[in-house]
Amino acid sequence: MQDLTEPILELIRLTATNLPPDVEEGLRDALQQEEPGFAARGALETILKNVDMARENSTPICQDTGTPIFYVNYPEGWSTRRMREQIKSAVAQATDKSYLRPNAVDSISGVNSGDNIGDEHFPTIHFEEIEGDELQIDLMLKGGGCENVGAQYSLPNSELGAGRDLAGVRNVALDAVQKAQGKGCAPGILGIAIGGDRGSSFVASKEVLLRQLDDSNPNPEMNDLEQQLTEESNQLGIGPMGFGGKTTVLGTKITSKHRLPASYFVSVSYMCWAYRRRQMVVKNDQVSYQ
Amino acid sequence: MQQVSIPISDEAIHSLKVGDPVLLSGTMVTGRDAAHKWMVETFIKATRTPIDDDQQVYQEIKPLLDGGVIYHCGPVVSGLDSQEYKFVAAGPTTSTREEPYQGDVMRHFNIKGVIGKGGMGAKTLAACQEVPGVYFHAVGGAASLIAQSVLEVTTVYKLDFGVPEAMWVIRVEDFPAVVTMDAHGSSLHAEIESESRSALEGLLAES
Ligand code: SF4
Repeated sequence: MQDLTEPILELIRLTATNLPPDVEEGLRDALQQEEPGFAARGALETILKNVDMARENSTPICQDTGTPIFYVNYPEGWSTRRMREQIKSAVAQATDKSYLRPNAVDSISGVNSGDNIGDEHFPTIHFEEIEGDELQIDLMLKGGGCENVGAQYSLPNSELGAGRDLAGVRNVALDAVQKAQGKGCAPGILGIAIGGDRGSSFVASKEVLLRQLDDSNPNPEMNDLEQQLTEESNQLGIGPMGFGGKTTVLGTKITSKHRLPASYFVSVSYMCWAYRRRQMVVKNDQVSYQ
Repeated sequence: MQQVSIPISDEAIHSLKVGDPVLLSGTMVTGRDAAHKWMVETFIKATRTPIDDDQQVYQEIKPLLDGGVIYHCGPVVSGLDSQEYKFVAAGPTTSTREEPYQGDVMRHFNIKGVIGKGGMGAKTLAACQEVPGVYFHAVGGAASLIAQSVLEVTTVYKLDFGVPEAMWVIRVEDFPAVVTMDAHGSSLHAEIESESRSALEGLLAES
């Protein structure tokens, strides 16, 4: 098996320092929406300048480099045990090189491990064996500020007039956006999972954020709801950083999971504008990045 | 864009209003959860006895914070081994976590400016009127850009809290921020919260 430590280190550097083009495009569109002279526009200008600077200097876009979440889709024959070791070693090296901030804190002692290596969930690694001969590793860096404003609702919710249908999903999702205000570093991106149990629902709400910002949902009903939620969130007037303005949310991505008859969870993962995710592909020993 | 130099005079504080963009220059100290808890428990409420270098650090930060600025930030720092510290990425962290402490800390040390993101609540707003002081909102996530305004890391206290939680003393020039809570009792955050709540109620009533 090929040693992937070096290529994964490069994946981490790329993810932490170079914002994906679809997200930057979204931020540039947002800038056009905001009036000159207002704090909202100033914030977006600062954000875009920062994105350029981070790319040029190969420094982290945001100092909170978050929880590193890896999604590894591997063909038959790869050892997940060895890939886990290589990922961990790349994460520790990336921390040493200041691409990542030491972020793994023992919840009981309060001690920071110093190298981003914690228990079996830090860094988080999802493995999935797939068909074909291509290994794909997606990395998402999800910061704490936006993670803290994520929310899960159990429907029905009478306070929000939310029943167990897409109209109910819309109501609770808008509530989550209003409660988040600018605290998740708006403009944000919503990852929403409908169904599942509490755990799988949150996991799915993050995974759906791997989609491209400008793609559409193959399910027409969910696609409509995605458009509607983005538009209506932007009517709340929260704006970039919560300074007020027209762009609160850049996009919405929805997925659904089977649920128990008794449960109907809606999980909202809020992703900040520093929407850092990149993919690496290994095919015939060749590594490429997207 | 208004230039604000640290330490900040009362006159300058009174002239600042919600919505004003500013560029800050001078020396500031970073502090987040561990630092605020430490300051309050060890010196302000004094429910915990000072140990190790507590007293010494307290004496050294006092003059830095008098009329000064505290920055809610957990930076990425290079040069940890050689102690030639350099801020690589240094955007603001969420301020509300310090809401239980901030007002008391401002009064105790005579802090004129708090920098962070997401805004703070009624207790801090009251302290802003009393001390007087203001809350400066930095652009969340603009970490590389803000790090460029850090000219020098003067020293660091309480590195045993961990890199993000330590108290870093930094000299900055043209640090960009927006006033979102002022000494006249205005808070942009309270305003946006209430307007967005009415907008949400309107949208929910449509369904
Ligand atoms: S929410 Fe995102 S942009 Fe804001 S500080 Fe956290 S990681 Fe950075």
